[in-house]
Amino acid sequence: MSAVNAATVALVEPVSPSPTLAPAPPLLDAESRKWLQSLRATDATGEDAIARLHALLLRATRFEVARRRRTLPHLRGDELEDIATEAADDALMSVLRRLDDFRGASRFTTWAYKFALLEAAVKLRKRAWQGREVPLEPEGWGLFSSVGLEPDAEVEQSELLETLQSAIAHVLTSHQRHMLVALALNGVPIDVLAERLNTNRGALYKTLHDARRKLRTHVQERGLALDNEEKR
Amino acid sequence: MMERPNLTQALGRLLGPAGPELGCDECFDQLDRYVEFELAGQDADAAIPGLRAHLEGCPACREEHESLRALVGGEQLL
Repeated sequence: MSAVNAATVALVEPVSPSPTLAPAPPLLDAESRKWLQSLRATDATGEDAIARLHALLLRATRFEVARRRRTLPHLRGDELEDIATEAADDALMSVLRRLDDFRGASRFTTWAYKFALLEAAVKLRKRAWQGREVPLEPEGWGLFSSVGLEPDAEVEQSELLETLQSAIAHVLTSHQRHMLVALALNGVPIDVLAERLNTNRGALYKTLHDARRKLRTHVQERGLALDNEEKR
Repeated sequence: MMERPNLTQALGRLLGPAGPELGCDECFDQLDRYVEFELAGQDADAAIPGLRAHLEGCPACREEHESLRALVGGEQLL
C-alpha cells in the first residue's frame, strides 16, 4: 500500500527539535493490551479477535464510503459495499502485519481505524478517476475567480499568479512542473497520480514540496508578499 | 456551468504551507496520536510539530485526518 508500505520520505523538512520521533509511550491502556493479546493468540481466541477486528475495520471503511458517496454518484450501493469490504480486508492485513509497530501512543482502535480509512479513501479516489486522463499541463491560467477580493488585493494576487506562472515554466524541472500542476493546480489526487506513475504518495509529496519551496524562494526574491496562509 | 477556481485558494495550493512540515508517511504514523490529542482538548500541534502544516499542504492526508477525527469523535459521543 502506498503511504504505509512504501515509505521513502520521513520528513519533508526537518522539524527541530522533534518530539515526533521520540519513542511512543510504553504503557498500553487495558483495552489495547487485551486487543494485542487476543490477536496474538494461536487458538480460537485469536480467530475470534481477528473476526472482531475485521468487523471494526469494516465499520470504519463503511463510514468513509458514506462520507464520500456523493463524489461517486454513478456507483451502485453494492459496488460501494464491495469497496468497503475490500478496503477492510486490506486494512486487516496491514494491521496484522504491523501489529508489533503499535506502541500504545493512541488507543488500539484509533490506530487500527487509520489503516481502514486510508485503504477506503485510496480505493475511492482511484475509482473516481478510473478511466480519466491525468492532466499534467495547466488547464487554464486565466480562469481563476477573484470574487470577494478588494481591487488592490486582486492586483497583488494577479501579479503573484503571473510570477508563479513564469516560475513554474522556467524555474522548476520538468518533473517538478508536471507534479505541481497535476496535484496543486489540476486537483489530481496524489494516490491516483502515484499509481499512474508507479511511485508512492511520500515520494510525490516530496517532489511537490521541493517545487513549492523553489516557487516561494523565487517569489520572495522578487519582493512579492506571500500571505496566502492568512487568506486561505 | 462549472464554477471558476478561487484565485486565493489556487495560490495557496501552489505555494503550500510556509513552515516546516512532516511528510505523508510521518503524518500517517502520527495521525492517531494527533487526533486523540485533539479530541482530548490538548495541544496536538505542540506535541507533534509539523503535522498541521502537512495537513494544510496535502489534501489526501487532510481528508484522512478529518475522517479519523469524525469517526473517533463520533464514537466518543455514543
